[in-house]
Amino acid sequence: MNRQSLQGVAITTMTLIVFGLIWEAGVSYFGVKPIVLPPPSAILRELFSELPWYLGHAWFTLIVTLGGFALAVVIGVALAVLIVESKLLEKTIYTVIVGLNSVPKVAIAPLFVIWMGTGAEPKLAIAFLIAVFAIVIDTVLGLKSVPADILDLGRALRGSRSMMLWRIRFPCALPSLFAGMKVAISLALVGAIVGEFVSSQRGLGYVILSAQGTFDTARVFAAVFLLAILGMLLFAAIVRIERWALPWHASQKDYSPSA
Amino acid sequence: MSERAAAGIRIERVVKIFGDVGITALNEVSLDIAPGEFVSILGPSGCGKSTLLRCVAGLDTPSKGQIVVGGVPVSAPPEHLGIVFQRDALLEWRSVIDNLLLPIEFRGGDSRAVRPHAKALLRMVGLEGFEDRYPSQLSGGMRQRVAICRALVDDPMLLLMDEPFGALDALTRDQLNIELQRLWLANRKTVLFVTHSITEAIFLADRVVVFSPRPGSIADVIHVDLPRPRKLAVRTSELFHGYAGRIRTLFEGMGLLKEDE
Repeated sequence: MNRQSLQGVAITTMTLIVFGLIWEAGVSYFGVKPIVLPPPSAILRELFSELPWYLGHAWFTLIVTLGGFALAVVIGVALAVLIVESKLLEKTIYTVIVGLNSVPKVAIAPLFVIWMGTGAEPKLAIAFLIAVFAIVIDTVLGLKSVPADILDLGRALRGSRSMMLWRIRFPCALPSLFAGMKVAISLALVGAIVGEFVSSQRGLGYVILSAQGTFDTARVFAAVFLLAILGMLLFAAIVRIERWALPWHASQKDYSPSA
Repeated sequence: MSERAAAGIRIERVVKIFGDVGITALNEVSLDIAPGEFVSILGPSGCGKSTLLRCVAGLDTPSKGQIVVGGVPVSAPPEHLGIVFQRDALLEWRSVIDNLLLPIEFRGGDSRAVRPHAKALLRMVGLEGFEDRYPSQLSGGMRQRVAICRALVDDPMLLLMDEPFGALDALTRDQLNIELQRLWLANRKTVLFVTHSITEAIFLADRVVVFSPRPGSIADVIHVDLPRPRKLAVRTSELFHGYAGRIRTLFEGMGLLKEDE
C-alpha cells in the first residue's frame, strides 16, 4: 500500500471512530432503549461474543454473492457479445432484457424458492438476476463505443470478424465492463440477502430476519455491520483487479504526457 | 528494408453521391498516380478530398467510376495498404510496440520476426526507448509518429494519409513533415496525402492536386519541381512562393479567399 492509500484508510477509520463515539454518547445521553438503537459497544460485544458463528454466516453470504456475480459476468458478457454481433438479437434479446430489467427482481424472488428449493441455488439465482443487467448494459455500451477511425483502421487491415471483436471491440469495452462490475458486485450482495430473506437457514440475511423475530436489535446491527464490511471489501477487490487488468486506462495513469 | 513494390493508383471518373441526402461529394474525378509518387490532395474542408481517400482505401464505394490499385480494381480494402487518420487511432490498451505490430497480427504474420523492423522505424522518428509506453503517456506528436510507423510496418504498397498532421501544433507539424519525407525517401512508397495546408502540400509532394469544393472535383494539378531532400528553408524560396501563389490564386477564384477591399 502506498502512502496515499494508507492516509485514506486512516481518515476513514478516524471518521468511523468519531461517528461511533457520537452514536454511543447520543444513545446514553438521550436514554434511547437498546431495543430501538443499541450503542456501538453493545453491538461489538454481541459480534465478538459469537464471532465464529457470525463469520460462518458471512462466509455463506459471501459465497452466494461471488457465485451469483461470477455467473452474471460470464453470462452477461456472452449476451452482450451476441447482442452486438447480431442485429436480430439486438432487436429481440436486448429489448427483452431491457424490459425485464424494469421488473423488480425482489418481487419474483419467491418464485425461485418454488423452483429450486431452500438451498443455496435460489439465492445464487437471485444474486445473478439482479447483477446481470448492469453487466449486459455496460458491456454492450462498451462494445459499441469503439471510435469510428479505429473501426476504419480494422477494416483497412482487412480484419476478420473475430479479430475485430477480440482485438478491438472487447479490449475497448473493458473499462465499461469494469464499471458494470462495480455496480454488479454490490447488487449481487443485495440479491444474496434478498434470497436469504425469502427462505433460509444460513447467511447474514437469515441472521437479520431471525434476530428481528426475537427483537434482538444488537444482533441485527452486528449482521448489518458485517454486511457493510463485506460490501466494501468486494468493491475494493474489483477496483484492485481493474488496476491490474487495465494498466493503460486513462483514469489511473500516474504520469502525464511530455513533449 | 523495403521489399514490396509500390503500387500505382488509377482513379477513373469517380463520382460519389451520399445516398439519402443526395449530396455529390465527388464529381467525375480522374487521376493517375505513378508507383512511388508522393501526391498531395489539397482543398478546403468538405471538398470531398477525404472521401476520395476513403474510396481508394476501400472504406467507401464510389457511386460511379472505378479505382484501380496495383492493377486490381478496388471493391474492398486493398491488400498491403497503410493508412493514417487525422486522429491517430492508436489502441489505448496496447503499448507502442504492440500498436505497431497490430497490422502484422491482423494479417496473420509473424510479429516476433517483425519486431526489429518495428523498432528501427521507431528509431527513425526519435521514439527509441518508448516501445513499452502506453499511448496515454505520449504527446499528440509522438502518438501520430507511432501511427505513421504502424502504417509502414507491414511494408505497404501504398500509404494513405488523411490530414495526419491537422490536429498538431505548427512546430510539431513542421518536424513531422521532415520526418515523413525522411521515411518516404527511405521507402519510396506511393503516398496519397490529404491536407488543407498549402505549405505542407507543396513541401511534401511531387504533385499537388488542388480540389474545388461542392461538388469536389480537380481544379488543377501542380508539379512541384524542388530537389529532395527538401529542407524547411525551401519554403521561403522564390520557386516555392510561386507554387503557393498559384494555388492561392486558384482558391481566390473559387471564392474561398477574399482580400479586404
